[in-house]
Amino acid sequence: MTAADAPPLAAVEQLVKRFPLTRGVMLRRRLGEVPAVDGVTLHVHEGESLGIVGETGSGKSTLARILLNLLEPTSGIVRWRGEDVTHARSAQLAALRRKRQLVFQDPMGSLNPRKTVGAAIADPFAIHGLLPERAERARRVGELLEQVGLEAALANRYPHELSGGMRQRVGIARAIALGPELLVADEPVSALDVSIQAQILTLLRELRRELGLTLVLIAHDLAVVRHMCDRVAVMRHGQLVEVAPVEELYRAPRADYTRELLAAVPRIPGAAPAPPQSSSSSST
Amino acid sequence: MAAYVLRRVLWGLVLLVLVSLLTFVVFYVLPTADPAQLRAGRNASPALLHEIRRTLGLDRPLPAQYWTFLSQLLFHANLGFSYYSQASVGSLLLDRLPATISLTVGAVVIWIAVAVPLGVISAVRRGTWVDKLTTGGALLGISAPVYWLGLVALYLFSSDIGKFPLLPGAGSYVPLTQDPWKWFTSLILPWLVLASTFCAVYARLLRGNMIEVLSEDYVRTARAKGLSERRVVWRHALRAAVTPLVTLAGLDVGLLLGGAVLTETVFGIPGIGALNYDAILHADYPVIQGTVLLAAIFVIVANLLVDIAYAYLDPRVRER
Amino acid sequence: MSATASPALHVADLRVAFETPDGLLQAVDGVSFEVAAGRTLGIVGESGSGKTVAAMTAIGLTRGARVRTSGHVLLDGEDLLAASPARLRALRGDALAMVFQDPLSALHPLMRVGDQIAEAVRAHRPGVSKAAARARAVELLEQVALPDAGRRAGAYPHELSGGMRQRVTIAMALANEPRVLIADEPTTALDVTVQKQILALLARLRDELGMAMVLITHDLGVVAEAADEVAVMYAGRIVEQAPAAELFAAPQHPYTWGLLRSMPRLEAPVGAELVPIPGRPPSLIHPPSGCRFHPRCPYARERHREVDPALEPLAGAPSHRVACLLSEAERRAIWEQLAAGASPEDARAAVESAGPVPSAGAAEPPA
Repeated sequence: MTAADAPPLAAVEQLVKRFPLTRGVMLRRRLGEVPAVDGVTLHVHEGESLGIVGETGSGKSTLARILLNLLEPTSGIVRWRGEDVTHARSAQLAALRRKRQLVFQDPMGSLNPRKTVGAAIADPFAIHGLLPERAERARRVGELLEQVGLEAALANRYPHELSGGMRQRVGIARAIALGPELLVADEPVSALDVSIQAQILTLLRELRRELGLTLVLIAHDLAVVRHMCDRVAVMRHGQLVEVAPVEELYRAPRADYTRELLAAVPRIPGAAPAPPQSSSSSST
Repeated sequence: MAAYVLRRVLWGLVLLVLVSLLTFVVFYVLPTADPAQLRAGRNASPALLHEIRRTLGLDRPLPAQYWTFLSQLLFHANLGFSYYSQASVGSLLLDRLPATISLTVGAVVIWIAVAVPLGVISAVRRGTWVDKLTTGGALLGISAPVYWLGLVALYLFSSDIGKFPLLPGAGSYVPLTQDPWKWFTSLILPWLVLASTFCAVYARLLRGNMIEVLSEDYVRTARAKGLSERRVVWRHALRAAVTPLVTLAGLDVGLLLGGAVLTETVFGIPGIGALNYDAILHADYPVIQGTVLLAAIFVIVANLLVDIAYAYLDPRVRER
Repeated sequence: MSATASPALHVADLRVAFETPDGLLQAVDGVSFEVAAGRTLGIVGESGSGKTVAAMTAIGLTRGARVRTSGHVLLDGEDLLAASPARLRALRGDALAMVFQDPLSALHPLMRVGDQIAEAVRAHRPGVSKAAARARAVELLEQVALPDAGRRAGAYPHELSGGMRQRVTIAMALANEPRVLIADEPTTALDVTVQKQILALLARLRDELGMAMVLITHDLGVVAEAADEVAVMYAGRIVEQAPAAELFAAPQHPYTWGLLRSMPRLEAPVGAELVPIPGRPPSLIHPPSGCRFHPRCPYARERHREVDPALEPLAGAPSHRVACLLSEAERRAIWEQLAAGASPEDARAAVESAGPVPSAGAAEPPA
């Protein structure tokens, strides 16, 4: 957690992003605009894990992309360590890219099927002109693969030869290759089987601890967000409905919408396991 | 909608002007035959040549010539007169148009009527002999040059020189109004020859689309509803797979209406294509310009119609 | 588990194998279950478990040259696997209906939704006029609570939201009042609030029409809310089967435990560790020897590599069946440990150190 006077690691202020809505193939008349993000102000503190939760059309993915300068906002400011980077270009942007990385939802779609896994992970080095020595790069790629729980020998495989979970690990390895400070994960486990989801979530938690990453997790699954995050922001129709520390949000939500969301999550009856450290057996 | 069409029409006009300019430049700037020379024949005296040039207006500066042409066209709807035959270009075009239209329409009907069932069946019975036969036939159709195919067809079936004289040979075309039966029989071979290439391409294209569509979820749903396989294939799958073909057909028709040069020449059909070919041989610039512009108009209109049609065929395109 | 009346759908020893270039892929390997009218069976499994193949085989959509099927699928006593294609077609969309996962791709993009529903009606009632079928389509859309049904019937699928589209597919499936409805991941592609509505809708319709429902999903939460009985599938087999309440109160199979422990739960304390199931789902062409789950099971013993357990009822609860070589008592003990928060290793150690447990079932000597 950061000291009260230091600026947040990343922030958006009064962020607005509108997409034009057109109709008709010929006329393309402007019906108006869709506000994907409608005046959002949100801070990401260094070292924390922030969850952004929302349903389809809430704008959470758009927000994440603007935060990483992958999209330009219609209006509003994007900050990095207090500095205005909304319209960052070339050199400044490249430097920022090294510090902020994204893990995508679809592991198959985000890996170039023609490149080996090793090449995909080594890409960031090549792009930023780091580790020019091939041997050095290969060694680092091997290290990264092991760090995400894969064998170094997998570097020579192609994405289609791996399972979904393994591909997602590769995506994570690529994202942490440059040693970023901020990792944004956009629905990192939605496309995976339940038993693999747990593996990936556990991996993300471990990496966060090991590397001191700040994590922004975007998800529609409330339970996942609760498990992974310190603070949670709830979005709806492009607006921020509620932001609160995780315990508070789930135990005593203030907004009606948050309550609605929580009520809709199907509950599993029976004992929910207590954390392993507790000595007494407690069933909720 | 009206604004859209208007915009497209205006752009079309701009395009036509550019096309005419390009034709003009190509004809006059690039080394071509000298129309005056061709008109005058051999052993023409320089005085005669000079006289012909003056008559045809060829001795004036190029921009002036172009301007004369353009102003005549825009203000008087006059395409000029053929260097070769002195006939008005407009009348020549109108004369030849019906033949080209006959050829085009007939060929289109044939190739669509054949390509659609072939494409569907070879997709549904993928890997069987039907499929292999179609694919092989398609390869043949695509690779065989039209003029070769035409000559072979004449060699085999034409009543004057053919091995199995069944159908009228080259040059036997008569307008529909004159003798419907002769018109029809004289066009059978040209129709089949012209259709063969397109049919092959369309059948292959449809086969590919159908194979993809048949594996889509909504086809599975149609089966799950208990619909007959026939309905699933012909109403659900085909409907989705055929859209690209319709647009392609529109464009091809536009192209063919500008004249199928090879087919018309081989079979001696007096259409726009043949007119164009002759005009080139005679360095008959006004006629060349006329046929090129006509072809361009057809293509532009076809494009516009195809775009509009696509929106009706695929409602997803209507909104973003 | 079986109703006193004969069940609407009875699957007996279903096996489905696909011939692939790499070998014979046994997608479903001896699956049996029953669903009575008015009840919902939830089939839970991940990819490769065989749940979807089983469902698709039941409605006859997996028939093909390279597919080998055996067993019985009885719909009101009639064996669907032995039925002719024409008979199956008559039943599909009529007595036996299916709802699929992604409503956007499941609906024909170029046909209006009302027409698609009307088509389903006329396919099985040829005497019905087009107008009447369209009217029925609107009626069905109202039944599935689609707002502004009359106007929406003329819409194309892409013009509707995800929840509305799924209502359309449900309306289409119900067009001819099916006896059995199979829903394959019907809410996976939907938002959680919409999911709640759709599950409630399905339950209401099931009761109104007296259907037997099979709900296939990977989400244990969905099953907990919507199913009366649950079958957990792994590697083409059912590994545990029980009434829903019992399954969650006292799960008996290590895979079920693994699923429960690896899912983040709203009820668990914040920061509780997830315990992932190690490894990956097995190959169905060369499945593991003995118990198929043993490579990933923290409690496996030597013998489990050789012996393939059958699905057997528990001594005290005949409606609860498990395919596991551990003894009932041991399993109960392990689950107690797990529920208290122990890791699988600790649970195993604790149980084994307690020595051989006297039990009604066959006792498993400590390894």
